[in-house]
Amino acid sequence: MSNITNDEVDVVVVGLGWTGSLMSIELAQAGLKVRALERGEDRNNADFTYPKPADQYAYGVRNKIMVTPKDGALTVRHSMRDTALPTRQWGAFVPGTGVGGSGLHWTGVLIRPTPTDIKLKTYADQAYTRGQLEEGMQIGDYPFTWEEIEPYLDKFDKICGLSGNTGNLQGRIIEGGDPFEGPRSSPFPLPALKDTLNNTMFADAARKLGYHPFPNPSANVSQAWKNPYGNQIAPCNYCGYCSKYPCLNYSKASPQTAVLDSLKRMENFSYRTNANVLRVDLHADGKTAKGVTYADAQGNEVFQPAKIVVLAGFQFVNVRLMLLSGIGKPYDPLTGKGTIGRNYAFLSVGGNTLFFKDKQFNPFATAGATGQMFNDISPGNFDGPSLGVIGGAKIHSSQATGTPIGTALPAGTPEWGQGWKESMNDWYGHSMKISISTGCMSYREHYVDLDPTYKDPWGQPLLRITFDWRQNELKLQQYLRGIVRDITKELGPDSFSESFLSMDSHWDITKYVSTHNVGGAIMGDSPETSALNRYLQSWDVHNVFVPGGNAFPQNFQANPTALIGALTLFSAQAIKEQYLKNPGPLVQA
Amino acid sequence: MLLSKQTSRRKFLLSSLIALPALGVTMKGLSAAVAAEMIAPSLEAYTPTFFSPAEWTFIMSACDRLIPGEGRGPGALETNVPIFIDQQLASDLGSEIYLEGPFDVNAPATLGYQLPFLPQQIYRKSIAAIEAWCQDTHRQRFALLDPAAQDDVLKKVQAGEVNFTAYGEDILTSKPFFSELLNHTRQGYLADPIYGGNKGMKAWIAIGFPGARASYLEWVAQHNVQYPLGPVSLSGDRG
Repeated sequence: MSNITNDEVDVVVVGLGWTGSLMSIELAQAGLKVRALERGEDRNNADFTYPKPADQYAYGVRNKIMVTPKDGALTVRHSMRDTALPTRQWGAFVPGTGVGGSGLHWTGVLIRPTPTDIKLKTYADQAYTRGQLEEGMQIGDYPFTWEEIEPYLDKFDKICGLSGNTGNLQGRIIEGGDPFEGPRSSPFPLPALKDTLNNTMFADAARKLGYHPFPNPSANVSQAWKNPYGNQIAPCNYCGYCSKYPCLNYSKASPQTAVLDSLKRMENFSYRTNANVLRVDLHADGKTAKGVTYADAQGNEVFQPAKIVVLAGFQFVNVRLMLLSGIGKPYDPLTGKGTIGRNYAFLSVGGNTLFFKDKQFNPFATAGATGQMFNDISPGNFDGPSLGVIGGAKIHSSQATGTPIGTALPAGTPEWGQGWKESMNDWYGHSMKISISTGCMSYREHYVDLDPTYKDPWGQPLLRITFDWRQNELKLQQYLRGIVRDITKELGPDSFSESFLSMDSHWDITKYVSTHNVGGAIMGDSPETSALNRYLQSWDVHNVFVPGGNAFPQNFQANPTALIGALTLFSAQAIKEQYLKNPGPLVQA
Repeated sequence: MLLSKQTSRRKFLLSSLIALPALGVTMKGLSAAVAAEMIAPSLEAYTPTFFSPAEWTFIMSACDRLIPGEGRGPGALETNVPIFIDQQLASDLGSEIYLEGPFDVNAPATLGYQLPFLPQQIYRKSIAAIEAWCQDTHRQRFALLDPAAQDDVLKKVQAGEVNFTAYGEDILTSKPFFSELLNHTRQGYLADPIYGGNKGMKAWIAIGFPGARASYLEWVAQHNVQYPLGPVSLSGDRG
């Protein structure tokens, strides 16, 4: 073990998932010398050739391409009064690692937030009376307009070969798409995926009840696509192994399929794997970074000097590195001062499983993103104010996979014995789901900081999450339960089971929700209440940029990847056009 | 995560191939699934890698009750589920768990797994405690109880009613063991045969899951039509 110093680069990118790949290619195309440092293994397309990924036990159960809790655990507690305990096994969320990051195993639902989601604080101030919303809620607006961010959403849609129906083209509402989506500058690049039986059943019932269903916008592409970087993505073959799996058919937009093939050919780009960044090193005045220090696979400490540092890890990783490096001031929920760790949010899910004896859903014949959803229950589009809740949900019937371990069985089925076995025979392939995925507001007492007790294998403190369900989100769940029940009734299954949070639920980290953890280093207009400005630039250390879900002031009902991609491209553009000419804060505090 | 030793898999293959002529059958005329099943080790001839002979009799009997042979569909023994469990415990299962202290073993269930044990330790300690309880209660080893009595023991283990403290376990209770055993049993039943269970893909054939076919472009839009093809496995066997 020794100390090594690498050659200096213009940009060091920490993490080579979606945001790291996008930043790397955009900045390398501008002629900068870019080096990415990835904590996990290298992952190339040869690793995913058929039939390797078609293995539920390895990928779906044993989390083959995820970070292990041993290396990547966090600690969790429900309130500031509790002692946090480590996530010794994964449950509610499962973060990725390795080249491609979570972009390698994501499901590929690529849906945008609405213009109201982007300005949620403004909407709340207009639509709700003072004191109506839950105490301690501290939601924010994104520090840009819809018109400013839309070109970058559009660019990311094209990078991914987004497949689906256009709902709003430059203000014109188009039937078959989402009428609540913000105006798009151009239509979806590719048509929607083919619908499965659950899709058509759900969409018909939802339409009958007055909702506006549309196909889940998908980054599993419906037709061959060549993206703006010159990468080619192949048409999806509906293999049924998608979420938690690398794609065996080159069909899911991922860093590998959409960016890295082009990026790796650039001579001014290089990357290192098994390079676990321990901290960002700051100059003595604390105003700029001089590079990062990482541990390599041999246990050496390596200093990587760089003019610009991009923290492109998963949300947890980015916030933790800021805290470990002294970038910005840690958030203190008692005083409300400090910004690093502020506004951590998650999301909630729920829904019904419907069983039909005489229907064959063939759940294995599906793309990860296969489904239909509607966005009628999103902020501004339903009467949240009279319910006293803010936020919304996408309500959908998705059929992500038909892998058999974990098959849902009718209520009352024994957990083992002959009854379980025969129920598997009778009901596998005969059920569909109607699901909700809700937004989640941010609150004064929900935050992340460094755990005082537990450490990772490199001797550094784990990140600690303080989070629980609040009345706002739980009330929303009760409301949605009614809507899902109405659709269920319309479909008339032989039986159904319900899974929603009750009003006294606590966050259960053993049950998978989704890996859409957000906040902790949020973007905003003021350094008093946000860690980053509109260009994802640290208010405190101006050559540090932090793209990712960490920038979300709260969570909306849509999946996060579309906005994460757009924010990254927006930031990359600002670095290229403004920062390189005049390094310094891009927004005056 | 595959069979722990390549040599042991090869040994299965060799011994089964040698056994074929002795059984008076030839490969010709056999379906690939039947051939694959014959190549898989027989449970009776299998020597466990992780479990001791005494533990093995418990695992065999418990799996036989969790997914019994009676009724429609294959049982756990017919599909080599115990071999899956043995091979997994003999491999790196559990190496991913974060096991740094301190441990709060009384934490609320919503905070997840908080025991200071690897799955291998949970199995060893629990089987010993359950066997001791069976001796004290029934004067008999678990494997020798009749099926109804075995079911009753397993129900008590599941409910946490088999008191492990009487047998020297001050932290571990019977519930987490049951939950691991049940999960692993279901996994072995439904995972690809490459991991040792789901022999001959029988569980997939029974429920109608096509395994690793993973290509359904021409099928996805055929609604409410039963898929006609049997499963294939990662190693290319067809059912």
